Amino acid sequence: MEYLIGIQGPDFVLVAADNVAASSIIQMKHDYDKMFKLSEKILLLCVGEAGDTVQFAEYIQKNVQLYKMRNGYELSPAAAANFTRKNLADYLRSRTPYHVNLLLAGYDDTDGPGLFYMDYLSSLAKAPFAAHGYGAFLTLSILDRYYRPDLTRDEAVDLLKKCIEELNKRFILNLPSFTVRLIDKEGIHDLEKLTHGAK
Amino acid sequence: MALEDICNLRNSCLHQNWLPASPATSFLMTDCYNLGLKGPKKSQRNNEVPLQFFIPPLLNSTSFLNRSPSSYFQGNPPVTVRRPFPLSHGTTTLGFVFQGGVIAAADTRASAGGLVACPEVEKINPIHSHLVVTSSGSGADCMLWERILTREIRLYQLRHKRCLSISGTAKLLSFMLHPFKGTDVCVALTLCGWDKELIYVCSDGARLQGNIFSVGSGSPYAYGVLDRELSWSLSNEEAISLAREAVFRATHRDAYSGNNVDLFHITAQGWHQRKRENLKEEYYRDMKKRGLF
Repeated sequence: MEYLIGIQGPDFVLVAADNVAASSIIQMKHDYDKMFKLSEKILLLCVGEAGDTVQFAEYIQKNVQLYKMRNGYELSPAAAANFTRKNLADYLRSRTPYHVNLLLAGYDDTDGPGLFYMDYLSSLAKAPFAAHGYGAFLTLSILDRYYRPDLTRDEAVDLLKKCIEELNKRFILNLPSFTVRLIDKEGIHDLEKLTHGAK
Repeated sequence: MALEDICNLRNSCLHQNWLPASPATSFLMTDCYNLGLKGPKKSQRNNEVPLQFFIPPLLNSTSFLNRSPSSYFQGNPPVTVRRPFPLSHGTTTLGFVFQGGVIAAADTRASAGGLVACPEVEKINPIHSHLVVTSSGSGADCMLWERILTREIRLYQLRHKRCLSISGTAKLLSFMLHPFKGTDVCVALTLCGWDKELIYVCSDGARLQGNIFSVGSGSPYAYGVLDRELSWSLSNEEAISLAREAVFRATHRDAYSGNNVDLFHITAQGWHQRKRENLKEEYYRDMKKRGLF
């Protein structure tokens, strides 16, 4: 039902998420933001079970901010991703596992951009592009076909648009709009929302 | 206990009537599938002494032993109370924001399976002078959690000398419900506040802020009416009549909603409750107006 996608370029990461908050067959919200800002240059995209997403994402968000307050400097994206994965793993075999699928995207001043794929079984993989949800089945092959490590920002947005076009064409569920953000060495930038047809 | 064993009393079915099985002993000692009729489990290594002698019956031991029965008995689920009737979330509640404040409307039928358990329930309850909550899901759970929420908000007000904001209230409620996620607690509340804020909180953990929410089995029908005619610039009367119409149409189609409609209008001055209206009369009025009678 929900869809997340991330594309890493040479000096940026482009991420997008759909805007639907659904409850059984009803769309309860059309403008729901699934991205959580962990720090100035790290975004956590979170989908999954209704309450688990917000609870887990806010927990990670507050802990990353606490680290900055205690130590005076921010966690790098790789460190934040590993911290998130560790928390997921710790809860996995408890009585209250979190059923959430995540993409963590960030820009590190020394290592450059990074996109991390995590799923509810707490697997972690650093990937050049990634997607979550049923939509991933339809779009990963498009990403495989057209992705190059040296994409420019515009080319990455075009690739994203290709993916969303495919979803609108073949995906059975209606995902009318997507929030798009770009992270680079300047921080997080909001790009134009991608909507389907006239609204 | 020794006397019981000598007399072989534990093996008789009378034992079940005389001594109510305490949760500790029934989880750990007895064979759940045979309901204790086989007698207490005996230790293999210690001369067939009943196992319960190895766990001292301390005053607080029942709470300790109850904590995770699944760790003692892999595969035996903890005993839960069976519901006496099938639950259904039969309700239509709705809330929306417009220029004149917030409208909250709901039907008044409480259903238990196919039975109308009560035709005159109040599904919209005020929490304080400027916050009203519409409830759907299990009636008992909603009643309880509304009281808990009212208590917590009042305590906050007394401690901090100011009212907690709506989003703070919603977050507090959501965090209070979180430990019960996965259990049978079923509440779906819409908090309607004076500050033109509408927040939907449900026991699954969802917490959504928005301009229009409808919850319950009749909600798709209500959305059908509301989505077409709702706009920001409605007058107070138009908004009230739209809310009534939406609940009416939903109760017409949904078997689990009906009877009357309650309506609250929340403004910066507080909430104002409209007189409860019987939808049966509304149906006949509507049919007559459309010339179908």
